Amino acid sequence: MSENKMKDSTYRSPDERLAEKKSKYTPKSIFLNGVLFENPALRLVLGTCPLLAVTISAKSSLFMGLAVIFVLTASEAIISLLRNVIPNKVRIPAFITIIATFVTIVQMLISAYFPALNESLGIYIPLIVVNCILLARAETFASKQKVLPSILDGLSMGTGFTLALLLMGSIREILGCGTFFDMQLPLFGTVFEPMMFFMLPPGGFFVFGICICLVQFLMKKQEKHASGKSSTPCGAAGDSSDCLSCGGCSLCKGKEE
Amino acid sequence: MKLQVSHSPHVRDKATTASIMRDVIIALLPATFAGWYFFGIRAMIITFVSIAACVGFEYICRRVMKRNNTISDLSAVVTGLLLAMNLPVSIPLYMVIVGAAFAIVVVKQMFGGLGNNFVNPAIAARIFMVIAYPKAMTSWTIRTGSWLSLRSVAAVSSATPLTMIHTSEAPSMWDLFIGNKAGCIGEVCILALLIGALYLILRHVIRPWIPLAFIGTFFVLSFLFGHNNVFNFTGDLTTLTGWSDLFYESCYMICSGGLVLGAFFMATDYVTSPLTTKGKLLFGMGCGILTFLIRYYGNLAEGVSFSIILMNILTPHIDDWTMGKPFGEVKENVKA
Repeated sequence: MSENKMKDSTYRSPDERLAEKKSKYTPKSIFLNGVLFENPALRLVLGTCPLLAVTISAKSSLFMGLAVIFVLTASEAIISLLRNVIPNKVRIPAFITIIATFVTIVQMLISAYFPALNESLGIYIPLIVVNCILLARAETFASKQKVLPSILDGLSMGTGFTLALLLMGSIREILGCGTFFDMQLPLFGTVFEPMMFFMLPPGGFFVFGICICLVQFLMKKQEKHASGKSSTPCGAAGDSSDCLSCGGCSLCKGKEE
Repeated sequence: MKLQVSHSPHVRDKATTASIMRDVIIALLPATFAGWYFFGIRAMIITFVSIAACVGFEYICRRVMKRNNTISDLSAVVTGLLLAMNLPVSIPLYMVIVGAAFAIVVVKQMFGGLGNNFVNPAIAARIFMVIAYPKAMTSWTIRTGSWLSLRSVAAVSSATPLTMIHTSEAPSMWDLFIGNKAGCIGEVCILALLIGALYLILRHVIRPWIPLAFIGTFFVLSFLFGHNNVFNFTGDLTTLTGWSDLFYESCYMICSGGLVLGAFFMATDYVTSPLTTKGKLLFGMGCGILTFLIRYYGNLAEGVSFSIILMNILTPHIDDWTMGKPFGEVKENVKA
């Protein structure tokens, strides 16, 4: 499912893609893409497994995010370096091997220096190997771009993922535990009883949905603001085919006349 | 003359959302009063806080979402009343407000307001609170002091009849029926609930199919497969007391917990229950089976709310299966 979504949102005709390659990727655009417009977690809905599992506290979210930043940046750099060497037919196994190498390094470092952290992150560190964010960035970006943009892309995508993790982790820890980075907060947990709900898987899905909703809302607002042209409230681009596909939600009523 | 072709419905009725909701509120009042009587003034405060919070959140939400205001259709009042009836009397007031916010903001308005909510807001809020505040939601108290005393309710903590049916402390059948037991505010007085349900059925606000199928299925299942079922029954069936012993547990289980409240007032919610009679029967049977399974084999003592919410989610599919085919639209099975 997440792969389809990714394809949909990044699909462009070959001509457009060529044009983009030449013009679009400036350092600033790469950074904004990673952190905001194509935020892997909240916009592309990739890597949801660790996102839901690890975010029970802000601390573990942060360290998970840092691990992903490291693996993503390093593997994108190497894949970009080797992009002309890797045969097209076996590129996926090659990417996975490179990613797995860095994940193994991270795993060994963490278990050597931060055993407690290793305990709390558990299986999710090795699972970075199969995290679709890494493969998606390797496939769509690093295998086609030069080394420096790839490193920047890895950093910004990783940062975007970390921010999403941190956002969810903070919400869940504050509401579910009454603490923030293990610090007792003044109001939650003493006056108000912390809500167990947010520590449990349903709470994870709930917060995830709310965060996606929030980011989507902000994006729509920003798009509307940026384009300035009259678009339909539901976000469809304004021509008739899009209006049909939006299913006629109540938002458009009264605007069509 | 211009021929107009329009969507159904073509037949109009005088009933409006507000009039139906008003009937539901009237039907809920006896049980609410009974709850106030048995649990004291704190139950009253909780009810009003819940209703006020629901209406307030409805107003704020519609305002923020720039939609027209829908307080006057009274649906938020019904949600607030139902939510309060589903809470134990000892619950802190801020939890009531959190529950009301969940019901109105998340379950109702985020999905588009009344008519678009995919589960019953009051039940969803109750389940949210059971998961969020497991301790506060399952500490049952019986009033010991005077009616006006705020503190007396917290004095005696008691298990809901569901958890102590096999102990000697379990209330008698009459206490259970009349409401003199521990439990949520609105669920205790079965008599008052039945009076309200009768009112709804006589006013044609609800059809009896869902509650009948719900309670009937549950009765049959606990009769056949309960702890004290028809197969391991040792009493004498030639006497009347033997028969009443045989039915005792099944009836006891129906009168305890929120089964009656859930079956008549929450499973019959228009938005989240099937439209056809066949569908309603299926829906009720599903609720009954799930409630039986959760009560007898699950970890939780009470399964009514979970079973209703699960069947709420299945409602569109039940409608698909049971909806009649439009006239002239019956097709032969075409080979693929």
